[in-house]
Amino acid sequence: MRTTCVIIGAGHNGLAMSRRLTERSIDHVVLERGEVANSWRTERWDSLRLLTPNWETRLPGLQYDGDEADGYMTAPDVARFIDRYADAIGAPVQSGTTVTRVTTGPDGYEVATDHGEWTCATVVIASGAASVANIPPAVEGLPACTRSISPLAYKCPDSVDDGGVLIVGASASGIQLADELARAGLAVTIAVGEHVRMPRTYRGRDVFWWLEAAGVLDDRHDEVEDLVRARHVPSPQLLGSAARRTIDLNAITDLGVEVVGRLGTTSDGMALFSGGLANTCRLADLKMNRLLDRFDEWACAMAPERVDDAHRFEPTRVPDEPPLQIDLRRRGIATVIWATGYRPDHSWLDLPVLDRKGRIGHDGGIVLDAPGLYVLGGNLLRTRRSSYIAGAVEDTDAIADHLHRYLGCRERAPITPRP
Amino acid sequence: MNQTTTPVDNGVNAEALVQARDALMQAPEAAEFTWRANCSWVNGTYSRTTVEGFSGLGQDHKHRQMFAFENDHPEVFASEDRAATPVEQVLGGLAGCLTAGVAAVAQLRGIQLRSVSSTLEGTMNVLGILGGDPDTRNGFSSITVRFDIDADASPEEIEALVAQSQKRSAVYDIITNPTAVTVHAA
Repeated sequence: MRTTCVIIGAGHNGLAMSRRLTERSIDHVVLERGEVANSWRTERWDSLRLLTPNWETRLPGLQYDGDEADGYMTAPDVARFIDRYADAIGAPVQSGTTVTRVTTGPDGYEVATDHGEWTCATVVIASGAASVANIPPAVEGLPACTRSISPLAYKCPDSVDDGGVLIVGASASGIQLADELARAGLAVTIAVGEHVRMPRTYRGRDVFWWLEAAGVLDDRHDEVEDLVRARHVPSPQLLGSAARRTIDLNAITDLGVEVVGRLGTTSDGMALFSGGLANTCRLADLKMNRLLDRFDEWACAMAPERVDDAHRFEPTRVPDEPPLQIDLRRRGIATVIWATGYRPDHSWLDLPVLDRKGRIGHDGGIVLDAPGLYVLGGNLLRTRRSSYIAGAVEDTDAIADHLHRYLGCRERAPITPRP
Repeated sequence: MNQTTTPVDNGVNAEALVQARDALMQAPEAAEFTWRANCSWVNGTYSRTTVEGFSGLGQDHKHRQMFAFENDHPEVFASEDRAATPVEQVLGGLAGCLTAGVAAVAQLRGIQLRSVSSTLEGTMNVLGILGGDPDTRNGFSSITVRFDIDADASPEEIEALVAQSQKRSAVYDIITNPTAVTVHAA
């Protein structure tokens, strides 16, 4: 089968890209291993809600139009929103089709699937930035009786065995699960490495109102000081809840969660934690305050209506002597949840575009060394907004522009991507 | 940030450090370093350590001269106190590493330093090393570092400087995180 562009993945990015190509009359197909918004249906825990408020949830040509603009969508809400979008734009989605290999051919790219092969001039990878849980080598040293799961497999407190829980990682996933499991009455320990502390609301407004207003989400990939670092910043400690609760280490400490340093290693049933917890927390507090300074500076200059007075939050309370090691068996820790981040799955990508860490080398989504190949999603793909659904609006527009120009050049002087 | 127009100079070639990092990101195998030390027992608890060569950037290197330092235990341990104890040298290593970090980060952030001094304390229950209490560890039970910094910067900026120097410190990492140590006897 032939088409001009194959989009891999029918999530928000893949569908937004489909819409952008339709706008430019570019023939394409969207290949989806499951159904539209697959990971939102299958790989999210029951209570999960988006970090972004509903008013911020938008795609090219579709704005949230419900009556809870300040609420946060559940995973089924997101799946319905994306479903509705796929219908509205008439996206040519071929569901139940798993891509098994992408490589170059005599006439562009060859995309092999479990339902036939496609030949195309361009490929857009929109298969998700968080397909696989990153699980550190420390998993090897767990006692045999300890169950090890990733947040992609976690569903609800009832699905966790009786006994204590060790959550490794304190970004959005880790801290949300610590909160939920502690409220369900489980004994929770959380191992905290580098994290991003962020209040749910500040001066009476949702933090995303500030991030948008002060232009933080517009920070560009080619302007930030240290892009590699910026792309690896963990997700902020935020929770979407009706009460707009702020969730941070102080809040979960108040629930009885035990906070320990970053997990160093495990051996013989012992888990060893870093003694650097105080500094890790200090760095996060300082970084949050710099962000609040940026909000305040913007407010000072723009004098927006309906914002409360500037203030600062209580510094993170770090235990004086957090435990440096825990005997998992003696402590009765039955479950370890690895909230240690996610990575894309590019195992089917048979092109020389991965760096030594297995990451696609790209400039704002335009893959280097592979003309006509593009990637969507992930932190700071193009701007800080790229981490969120709304990032698809501008990211896909820019990439579709580039793709359109590339097709023009290719027509004038046919280029074969190098093998 | 520094508001004056005189260029900040803490004696750190920040530009070279940034260039080195960028170059090593392109050639990661060159970033693999090996540090070495030799030590010879002299008598009692007294020994002499020397460092001379190390490897990195794909080749062997030599310090401009061989550096030597001695190790001993104090008289309260029935030793002769001919040199600093190894644990004090660990504190010294931590201080040296963090201080270098403060200078480098200050340079990168455009902060002029005037003075940087630090006081370190490591607490230890010596029943651990004496074998007198199996529940007591050998090493420090805690370490505190107090920095006293005079610089063209706000207290928050100085605090951020000290926090960042910990984040980028090798010795801080060595002390706060487990490291696999293999000791052979020939």
